[in-house]
Amino acid sequence: MSTPLSVEAPAAVRELEYGSAINEAFVQLLESDPDVILIGQGLWSPWYVGSSMVALEKRFGTDRVIDCPVSENATTGIAIGAAMAGMRPVMVHPRMDFMVLATDQIFNQAAKAHYMFGGAINVPVVIRGIINRGGEQAAQHSQALQSIYMHQPGLKVVMPSTAYDAKGLLISSVYDGNPVIYIDDRWLYTQKDAVPEAAYRIPLGKGTIRREGRDVTIVATSYMNVEALKAAETLSAEGVECEIVDPRTLKPLDEDLIISSVAKTGRLVVADAAWRMCGAASEIAALVAEKAFAHLRAPIQRVTLVEAPAPSAAPLEKAYYPWADDVAAAVRRTLAS
Amino acid sequence: MQTADPPETLPKDDTGRNGLLEMYQAMRRIRRFEEVIGDCSAAGEFKGPTHLYIGQEAVAVGVCRALRTDDYVFGGHRSHGHYLAKGGDLSALAAEIFTRSTGCSRGRGGSMHLTSPDVGVLGTSALVGGGMGTGVGSALASARRGLDRVTAIFFGDGAIEEGVFHEAMNFAALYKLPVIFACENNLYASHMPLAIRQPKDQLHEHADPYGIPGIRVDGNDVVAVLETAREAVHRARAGQGPSFIEAMTYRWRGHVGPGWDRDFNIRPESEISAWLKRDPIPRLGRRLVVTGVATETELGAIDAEVESEVAAAIEFARGSEFPKVEELLDFVYSS
Repeated sequence: MSTPLSVEAPAAVRELEYGSAINEAFVQLLESDPDVILIGQGLWSPWYVGSSMVALEKRFGTDRVIDCPVSENATTGIAIGAAMAGMRPVMVHPRMDFMVLATDQIFNQAAKAHYMFGGAINVPVVIRGIINRGGEQAAQHSQALQSIYMHQPGLKVVMPSTAYDAKGLLISSVYDGNPVIYIDDRWLYTQKDAVPEAAYRIPLGKGTIRREGRDVTIVATSYMNVEALKAAETLSAEGVECEIVDPRTLKPLDEDLIISSVAKTGRLVVADAAWRMCGAASEIAALVAEKAFAHLRAPIQRVTLVEAPAPSAAPLEKAYYPWADDVAAAVRRTLAS
Repeated sequence: MQTADPPETLPKDDTGRNGLLEMYQAMRRIRRFEEVIGDCSAAGEFKGPTHLYIGQEAVAVGVCRALRTDDYVFGGHRSHGHYLAKGGDLSALAAEIFTRSTGCSRGRGGSMHLTSPDVGVLGTSALVGGGMGTGVGSALASARRGLDRVTAIFFGDGAIEEGVFHEAMNFAALYKLPVIFACENNLYASHMPLAIRQPKDQLHEHADPYGIPGIRVDGNDVVAVLETAREAVHRARAGQGPSFIEAMTYRWRGHVGPGWDRDFNIRPESEISAWLKRDPIPRLGRRLVVTGVATETELGAIDAEVESEVAAAIEFARGSEFPKVEELLDFVYSS
């Protein structure tokens, strides 16, 4: 369980869906380390958390895979306390909206303990928040809240966009030794990718280039990589070559990778399916404006949600979320100026 | 990286002569330390908020006496007493309040954020009820790791008004976790008396809906607290689940800082003077003398020893360096 990304991945590789890759990581973590326990609502449900948690309690027992009372705040604190006492718990929030109830524990306990106790206490906990949006689920069942966790020193934030990253980043997060917010989007669960059978780790804080290109850099988070790749295909047919950077970890951010891509293309579009104000897209735009301004040949463009809660009505929902067309339009705007 | 485990040692469960004298000394140490710390605060030697525990010493000492070194303790904003009663180092506490690099939290925490994992003090939190979730989590860890450790969570009557208290009690009861919910009912949350915050005054009854035994005890009687805590520890170690102890006690000083609420006319003078007469320390001292366990002279010797311990700790704090500015970003992350 110690193969970093820089080392050649293990030989046995096969196609796996994103949700199944998360499930496989949990199986390997639970098999190899008795200090790993999972806590969260819906963990004993056959459908609650999609394919990513199915049947884990049957294999590893309900003592280690704990479906819990409807108490997001305390149960998250319990996972944090178990980590302080030496375990490596993973707390699962099947909807990020409900994770807001645990904000006290995440901000005031997990993010602060190592610092305010002068390094004497460690909090090796993973808090997994699942984005579960669309399907007319409306305002309180649709949120993507990565930016609020990015704001907190002491936390790390990862957002894998492929099955390969989902597995490798989950294992790395459990062994990072710090509180890690692991955010996955249900829209990615059926995405397939080549995934090694053995356990492996992807270092936190290292992004990757999803597609190389010379004209415009698109930094895309999580599911927006899927839409950005579609947009890049369309634009390629028009003679515009986009470079897609997937940061994979939003905190700490792979600044060098983003800046070196912008240095090459001179144009930046940031796509993050969350709100714009103080969001991940704003942070990445600010980073480039501060550190790579001289490379920019056009104003930075952000592709985000509009400033509104998620609607329920299908036509509004379609207009609400950013799609490949929105990414392509932003790319064209950078080229026009 | 994971937090190091504290060593396991035998329970200190004697109420014989030595045990009683040690409890007397432990209470004297907390009292005298806080009196001096209060003076240092008033003199402006440090600025950080300091919540004094004076008057409540019997609760920390009685409960912690029932615990082993490797048992866990979680506390709140008023936790100098819990840290010391569990065996935390006096000089490291003084230095932490003085925000020096030799403090138990290396000058990053101050009075409200104390830790000493070597004796099971995993941490104290400034959020009211801040130890509820994490404390129950430590008990879950003990249970899942097959360790027979017990966790004591100290909190005040105000914490019962926090939702997390009820969530944590429910979870601990459901999984029969080895937790002692040690509620110190000192009748006030900041400036607000209990009667204008809660409809009932029998806080131990909050244990009932969760099927947890809830016991009210005289929190100014250290032997009564110890005996009640021992029962709770026994249940917890035997796998019978959590207990709730409501220790009736009284905070002498104001909510924060060395002053008395007398300055603000918040509490009736008759109430204050009645509680001062129930001071837990002379109460135990008198009992020791009357029953012939110790002489006035022996107690005086303990007081003198405490006086010099405290003076040495304060001098250690005063002589210690502040953390260096170039270390500002140390400990944001564990590496």
